[in-house]
Amino acid sequence: MSKTHENRPLSPHLGIYRWQITNTLSILHRLTGVGLTIGLVPLALWLWGAAYDPALFDFMNMLMASIVGKLFLFGWTWAFYYHLANGIRHLNWDIGKGFALDEVLASGRLVVAFSLAMAIFTWAIISKKVGL
Amino acid sequence: MDKRSSLRTPIKTARGLGSSHSGTHHFWVQRVSAVALIPLSIWFMVEILTKLLGADRAMVGSWLNNPLIALAMAALVVALFVHARLGIQTVIEDYIHGEAKKITALLLLNLFIFGFGALSVMAIFRLHFSGI
Repeated sequence: MSKTHENRPLSPHLGIYRWQITNTLSILHRLTGVGLTIGLVPLALWLWGAAYDPALFDFMNMLMASIVGKLFLFGWTWAFYYHLANGIRHLNWDIGKGFALDEVLASGRLVVAFSLAMAIFTWAIISKKVGL
Repeated sequence: MDKRSSLRTPIKTARGLGSSHSGTHHFWVQRVSAVALIPLSIWFMVEILTKLLGADRAMVGSWLNNPLIALAMAALVVALFVHARLGIQTVIEDYIHGEAKKITALLLLNLFIFGFGALSVMAIFRLHFSGI
């Protein structure tokens, strides 16, 4: 490594930042993205089971009907709505809109409220149709 | 680097070399897949809630017998795996340091994406073309 590399300024350390809604929502976008990627495994196995493997299909249904499975499914439901709404928020920024601080805070709060409301609404439908 | 005078400017070594060793293609495909996923993922959520809750293999098969549904489902799965691949790639590049570990993680990611992606698409085709 050259001298210039060593002498380059460090960006401010994470520890000096105050935890606030903006960075919380930002890291939640990543975390929900990672979580939803993990959710591709049961989706793929469910499809494979339906197409080729009755035992796997039954196993996946049993897994997802368990308490732990339902907790994961609820988590994925919320993560889906969150990542969807916050992703649209990001796309709006990508076209250069919504950067004023009051807009950022308002859209952030809207995303949180929407995702929680939709997750609960979705599970209200599920509980009505097939029970919890 | 060579200290002798040269007509080559430093931009030669910088151009196209972020941590991902590529330019804006990644950014662009991430956005295109994101936009595609807005209608596709909402559609799939509605299909789950209206048709797939508690569905057995025969019901999943007859659901995918419809060519438009099979097409939308294949598009959804491809967009999901493409989008997930790019997102997780960014996470790996941000948090995993050291070339050996990073390249290993990226290889495993691609193995996961192409493995489960191919598995999902094949299952959709099988269910569409030959039922269960």
